[in-house]
Amino acid sequence: MTEGRLPRRRVDTAKLTPRTFWEPLLFLAPFLVGLIIFTVYPFINVFALSFKQDYNLLTQAFSGYGFDNYKTIFADPNFANALRNTGIYVAVVVPISTALSLLAASLLNSDIRLKGLFQTCYFLPMVTSITAVGLVWKWMFNYDYGIINYFLSLFGVNAINWLNNPQYNLAALIIYGIWDMMPMTIILLLSGYQNINPQYYTAAKADGAKTWCIFRRITLPLLAPTLGLTMIINIIYASKVFTELFPLFNGKPGSAYSLYTVVYYLYDMFYNKWQLGPASASAVVLFAIVLVLTIIQLYIQRNWKNY
Amino acid sequence: MKITRKILVYLVLAIGAVIMVFPFFWMIVSSLKTAAEVNTTPPTFWPSRLVFENYVYAFTKAPFVTYFINSVIVTGCCVACTLFTTILASFAFSRLRFPGRDILFSLLLAMMMIPFEMLIITNYTTVVHMGLIDTLAALIIPFTSSIFYTYILRNFFLAIPDSLYYSARVDGASDWQYLWRVMVPIAKPALVTIGLLDAITCWNSFLWSVLVTNSREVRTLPFGLYSFMTTSGIRYERLMAAATIVVVPMIILFIFCRKSIVTGVSRGGLKG
Repeated sequence: MTEGRLPRRRVDTAKLTPRTFWEPLLFLAPFLVGLIIFTVYPFINVFALSFKQDYNLLTQAFSGYGFDNYKTIFADPNFANALRNTGIYVAVVVPISTALSLLAASLLNSDIRLKGLFQTCYFLPMVTSITAVGLVWKWMFNYDYGIINYFLSLFGVNAINWLNNPQYNLAALIIYGIWDMMPMTIILLLSGYQNINPQYYTAAKADGAKTWCIFRRITLPLLAPTLGLTMIINIIYASKVFTELFPLFNGKPGSAYSLYTVVYYLYDMFYNKWQLGPASASAVVLFAIVLVLTIIQLYIQRNWKNY
Repeated sequence: MKITRKILVYLVLAIGAVIMVFPFFWMIVSSLKTAAEVNTTPPTFWPSRLVFENYVYAFTKAPFVTYFINSVIVTGCCVACTLFTTILASFAFSRLRFPGRDILFSLLLAMMMIPFEMLIITNYTTVVHMGLIDTLAALIIPFTSSIFYTYILRNFFLAIPDSLYYSARVDGASDWQYLWRVMVPIAKPALVTIGLLDAITCWNSFLWSVLVTNSREVRTLPFGLYSFMTTSGIRYERLMAAATIVVVPMIILFIFCRKSIVTGVSRGGLKG
């Protein structure tokens, strides 16, 4: 996730001898066996499966190779729904949670007391199970007795049926998503702050620059690479939104089956409907999305590294 | 001017902190209320009478003790296996020389972007063929190799000076002895970080458990909690007690090991 380039400290000029073959192989064997069986093979196989037509799970028979599975999913309204929901989710959650995290990180980075306590509070959601915390959000989103509707009522807002009115399902998922994404974003941004030379701030203050001006002219440009990187990591993470649907909507994609996400569609096609071909095709689409985003990420890293 | 700004900073920070922590507070408070008090408007922010019967209910109606033990076994085995394969592989990639080493490593880095979700279809079939479906082993075996952790540890190993290696070899140590007696002790901070990140990921893993386990005896906590919700009905005071059981071990872990966990996450290490 972090650096793509290899340190060129020792160039491998080693010749193939029994010593340079058996010893590394033994050291690498436990790692490579697991990797080949559970990452390399399934990765290749999912591409193959996605092109096999009329694949039968039991007999493993298929009628030939072709694009039928892709045609199926792109004609499936549920997949269109999944792409749309995932797109909206990413487009709303990532900018809002990044902006809020930027505010939190800049305050946490300033000279304050009780830093440890504040950090503990802000980072806590990161280590907790999405299933368990999602259940707490389900309770907070409750129509009759949920705390969120209670707080809204204090401002004169009528109770919202977050989880049972399909109109508000996505909004509930987004609110939870923003909260869930903040800790990791704050940590990534704080590590970006560590790389800013404090002398810039000393110099700016000596020149009498205002806080906003310092933020705008020093912090933001110097933080830009980290910020870009963080957003891409978040976009990739948000594109895989899925687990949250289980506690919030009892394992259904929204109260009216209108809240499919790309990964939920993949899970549904595979585990509920046992249509392995279309499921594999949607997995390949997911990979394509992540691939494009990762290439953008690497591009940003390479070009913004030495600001 | 200075003081108002300071107050503003603390005020904004405090509001943010309250929002981040509130769900956990609300979870614990709700779990200690009676059924009647949970469903009241306006809600009470502290139980008028502390009751623990919801925890008793959760432990008696669903085998949360079994779930808990399963989670501990799965997490422990995953972390141990992952650390073992990671240490050996990092050693090969940092200290040993063999043809194609750097090409192989670049290939692994490229593979880091494969989302786990796209592998579930084939991995499910593999686990079925291995006859591991509905066993704890199915939750452990697919997760023993991690490219990301190997990447972190290899970089840590590369920073250890060569002179240590040569003096150990002069003293007659084999590569194997050098790795476990010299490199591993030096790399302890990195190993702790990797172990913690892996433990958190394993403990919270949900999708894979839903796919490959079914019977109560092999459920881990997140899946156990979910099935508790779907089978025993929506009674929030009980659900919150059950959620607390799942969440509290990780909160304790986090409070004691915050620095190591944060170091790991700042390298992009959590949640895929």
